Amino acid sequence: MSVQAWTYLIVGLTFALYIGIAIWSRVGTTKEYYVAGTGVHPVANGMATAADWMSAASFISMAGLISFIGRDGAVYLMGWTGGYVLLALLLAPYLRKFGKYTVPDFIGDRYYSDTARLVAVVCAIFVSFTYVAGQMRGVGIVFSRFLEVPINTGVMIGMGIVFLYAVLGGMKGITYTQVAQYCVLIFAYMVPAIFISLLMTGHVLPQTGFGADLVGSGEHLLDKLNGLSTELGFAEYTAGTKSMIDVFCITAALMVGTAGLPHVIVRFFTVPKVSDARKSAGWALLFIAILYTTAPAVAAFARVNMIETINGKDMQGVVATEAPSWINNWSKTGLIKWEDKNGDGRMFYAKDDRNEMTIDRDIMVLANPEIANLPAWVIALVAAGGLAAALSTAAGLLLVISSAISHDLLKKMILPNITEKQELLYARIAVAIAVTIAGLLGIYPPAFVAQVVAFAFGLAAASFFPAIILGVFDKRANMQGAISGMVVGIVFTAGYIIYFKFVNPAANTADNWLWGISPEGIGTIGMLLNIVVTYAISHMTAPPPEHIQELVDHIRVPRGAGAATHT
Amino acid sequence: MSKERQSAYWKANLRLVAILLSIWFVVSYGCGILLVDFLDQFQFAGFPLGFWFAQQGSIYVFVVLIFVYVRMMNRMDREHDVHED
Repeated sequence: MSVQAWTYLIVGLTFALYIGIAIWSRVGTTKEYYVAGTGVHPVANGMATAADWMSAASFISMAGLISFIGRDGAVYLMGWTGGYVLLALLLAPYLRKFGKYTVPDFIGDRYYSDTARLVAVVCAIFVSFTYVAGQMRGVGIVFSRFLEVPINTGVMIGMGIVFLYAVLGGMKGITYTQVAQYCVLIFAYMVPAIFISLLMTGHVLPQTGFGADLVGSGEHLLDKLNGLSTELGFAEYTAGTKSMIDVFCITAALMVGTAGLPHVIVRFFTVPKVSDARKSAGWALLFIAILYTTAPAVAAFARVNMIETINGKDMQGVVATEAPSWINNWSKTGLIKWEDKNGDGRMFYAKDDRNEMTIDRDIMVLANPEIANLPAWVIALVAAGGLAAALSTAAGLLLVISSAISHDLLKKMILPNITEKQELLYARIAVAIAVTIAGLLGIYPPAFVAQVVAFAFGLAAASFFPAIILGVFDKRANMQGAISGMVVGIVFTAGYIIYFKFVNPAANTADNWLWGISPEGIGTIGMLLNIVVTYAISHMTAPPPEHIQELVDHIRVPRGAGAATHT
Repeated sequence: MSKERQSAYWKANLRLVAILLSIWFVVSYGCGILLVDFLDQFQFAGFPLGFWFAQQGSIYVFVVLIFVYVRMMNRMDREHDVHED
């Protein structure tokens, strides 16, 4: 069977599975719609959280990104996992005990203020749309590259699938499809990784193969990689190029941002008990760690493979007409380009002016099975995995948008008298509109999608995270403090990012950055500012009312969690 | 539930969280970022040690930390009689 036939088969089967789950998990109440009736098993929630969290970027782009930047790639590896420790220890159990439906719910109630609620709603919607645009684009790209349908058709098919299970099943439908999607994506990631590790190092586990000797030459993988890198004018693979303070701040912004992302937090509202919220954070990170400890290994394997296929074992460059078929296949998609600068008919990849190649980092995962000559069904699996990763994240984000509109904005602020049935209807309408907008963003991607990812994390770090942490750990934190803190954090972070990314991109270099911190890492400073301002203003103004202090006492102990309510 | 018992539980909780987050900080920001170049002179399982912490080790420690927290908190909930069910 051809690669394409395999791809149609495997993608078709997984889609049929998602649709089946959508029909099985139809819901009839807002509680089921927003938090899956708080009946999700902690291990299932762990898987759902892992799929929710690992996006098209984690699946398709991350290994390639690490492959090109070497050790500095650790900012993503640590940044996108370490946040779960913060979630488990500082947020998840308390928010579960609080027992409402959304993050703005907590901010609005804890700070007894609709202004605070509104700030949270706006942030939640902005952060989620920023993120979802990238997912829909990812769906379209996978479709176009593997199934050779136009990107727009791919986006529409993806929209249709998400629409079906998000509208019918809300959080319940999303949860159980995410469980299935986790299984698909992790299988799809691990199979080629294990194959390649076996081929290159004889180790089954990529995690240990990564530090082993190469089969054949017996040379140590990382030594070889360092040697190749310096020979071609790159920095050593195991050495960093970013400044220490920037690595520190980017890692912190990503960690804190992760812990502050509403679509991740809300997953911990869906389990039955407080102790389940803690446990399920552990399972979530375990499931995520399987992919995240494999990715750097894939990055290293792929880099050696890629350099050797282009430059040849003898480093003279491979004659283009004799190049392996994957180079031709992927040239069509524009992910890899060769320009014969010295006219010798040979390809060459280097950092300096010998270079003749333009290589997109996404190719490292997408073309990896072909580079290593793996069977056709493995290549097809990667397509299904990429789709699972993108769709699961998109669905989680769309639910946050929908509940922010129907629950936080309509029910809590504008139309408090609507019945549960009406609220559910509004939630479904909201998700339908959100899917459509997300699809349009996928079809007509604004040029700045890649630029604004820093925004999502920076804003989550500078707004939600401090407000929630202080809401639990500082009983004295009050409305005045929280609102000023969030506003200062957001304005500072957004201002810094907008200045360097949009107003004056030419100035976006380390010399001009505040203390050498890039826009990607500035959320860390925004978060610290928020904490300082909230603390200072709270302690200068009147303490929060008695019933709020009792609420804080209440969420600090596990007993009496019961079911999530909307009263 | 009495105020004293609640505050004893909360203090014990804060102590545990402080210990675990210190470890969290040391393995990631410490070994993976601040001390990475120093640790790279040592080899571990075929990796320069600092590089291993940055791309592998810290993640393993994170997973272990959460499960340790789950166990310790379940025990602490019972000791202070604030557990569920």
